[in-house]
Amino acid sequence: MQEQIISIIAREAVIDADQVRPDMTLDELGLDSLGLVEMIFSIEETFGVSVPFNANEGQAGEFDLSSVGAIVGAVEQLIAGRGAAVA
Amino acid sequence: MRRVVITGAGTVNALARDVPGTWAAMAAGRSAIGALEFPDVERLSIRIGAQVRDWRPEEHLDRTRLSLYDRFTQFALVAGAEAMAQAGLAAAPGDATRWGAVIGTAGGGNGTVNEAFRAVFAEGRNRVHPFTVPRLMNNAAASHLSMQWGLTGPVFSVATACSSSNHAIGLAFQMIRAGMADGMLAGGAEAMLNFGGLKAWEGLRVMSPDGCHPFSLGRNGMVQGEGAGVFVLEEREAALARGATILAEVRGFCMTSDAGDIVMPSAEGAARTIGGALADAGVTPAEVGYVNAHGTGTAANDRCEAAAIHAVFGARAEQVPVSSTKAMHGHCIGATGAIELLACIMALRDGVIAPTIGYEAPDPDCRLDVVPNAARRAPVEVAISNAFAFGGLNAVLVLSAG
Repeated sequence: MQEQIISIIAREAVIDADQVRPDMTLDELGLDSLGLVEMIFSIEETFGVSVPFNANEGQAGEFDLSSVGAIVGAVEQLIAGRGAAVA
Repeated sequence: MRRVVITGAGTVNALARDVPGTWAAMAAGRSAIGALEFPDVERLSIRIGAQVRDWRPEEHLDRTRLSLYDRFTQFALVAGAEAMAQAGLAAAPGDATRWGAVIGTAGGGNGTVNEAFRAVFAEGRNRVHPFTVPRLMNNAAASHLSMQWGLTGPVFSVATACSSSNHAIGLAFQMIRAGMADGMLAGGAEAMLNFGGLKAWEGLRVMSPDGCHPFSLGRNGMVQGEGAGVFVLEEREAALARGATILAEVRGFCMTSDAGDIVMPSAEGAARTIGGALADAGVTPAEVGYVNAHGTGTAANDRCEAAAIHAVFGARAEQVPVSSTKAMHGHCIGATGAIELLACIMALRDGVIAPTIGYEAPDPDCRLDVVPNAARRAPVEVAISNAFAFGGLNAVLVLSAG
């Protein structure tokens, strides 16, 4: 799953996936506000989850966007939560 | 140069179905934002808005013509009729080839599109209403206004997102000033509060799920409204000669483009437009007694707009009253500038400045006198109305007392 998320982020940042490290921030990747919204949309479509993100709250919202690794963790939590909700 | 005055005003919005009711609601600081009601609303993550409730167009409009009118056209026709009545006109005074209409809208017949798509895609039907195209086209409202009142001069629509109304009114002003027309019905109309319309908006992640708090710390986005505002603009000497009541004079207008980002605003572009409109009007920032802000309640707009006001007004930026009325009537997108112009006219005519309601705490990035939560009495000689649209398109109007 980490690989899939990194490939989504790399596509939005227009760089190769092997250049994306878990400790990198979105700023370091050069992702702008539109790229961020598209990245979240891709994650939602790929994993069938709803990401709680409001552009007005930026990185201060409940979905952790502080680094690539944090995003992977947050998506894992969303998927686990979805499983629990279905069960 | 010819001078241009406003002699009639009309509106339909979530606060009221007429101008006196809207002024009363603005003076009282009332909000019309509430739970949205339409099919499939439970499938949205954003479920609040400023909706015109219990709208029964057959009470206002010719039933035999209703199947031609999308909701945005209905709003425009009802607002147009109020404006013409207020101006004391049953038709264009004088030469009707010198009178026209320009109506701004962003979504046009968005509700008609939504219904037609639902029929063919969701319900698998193979037939849509035969008037789907004439209902959905952006120029429908302007064209029906021209037919209603026999205006055979320049008639057209402008679609510049949230600046549509200010562009429409500004262009009407310039056309009359330049001698291309003697009078225009000008304003905006919007009706995008339906499932498809809102689904598109919520995808952009700029809408607030719980409320509109312009310029306030912790604000979390815009809340959409709907409605129309239509004004009668006339050449001043002709209006005075026929004994018309002057509601306000349109003094200046400026439109610019940021040529930067498709959604993010620019403080430099906003400041350049405010400054340009004041220069066009021949007034100084010191003369401005009220700024009707774009004030959408998004993090980005309000911060940028505050910076622009500081750039133009300098040391006076924190003294000039600035308010966003969007927490009352919602962000009416292509109609918003027209509905907000009513707040400017109220300030100029009645000396009542509409408040920014929903204001909770000062944001250090928005150091302004936002007339928080309660209207204020103050004499106002000059008012400006800001609109800064997606696409980087800015439009500012300058009005003075008539």
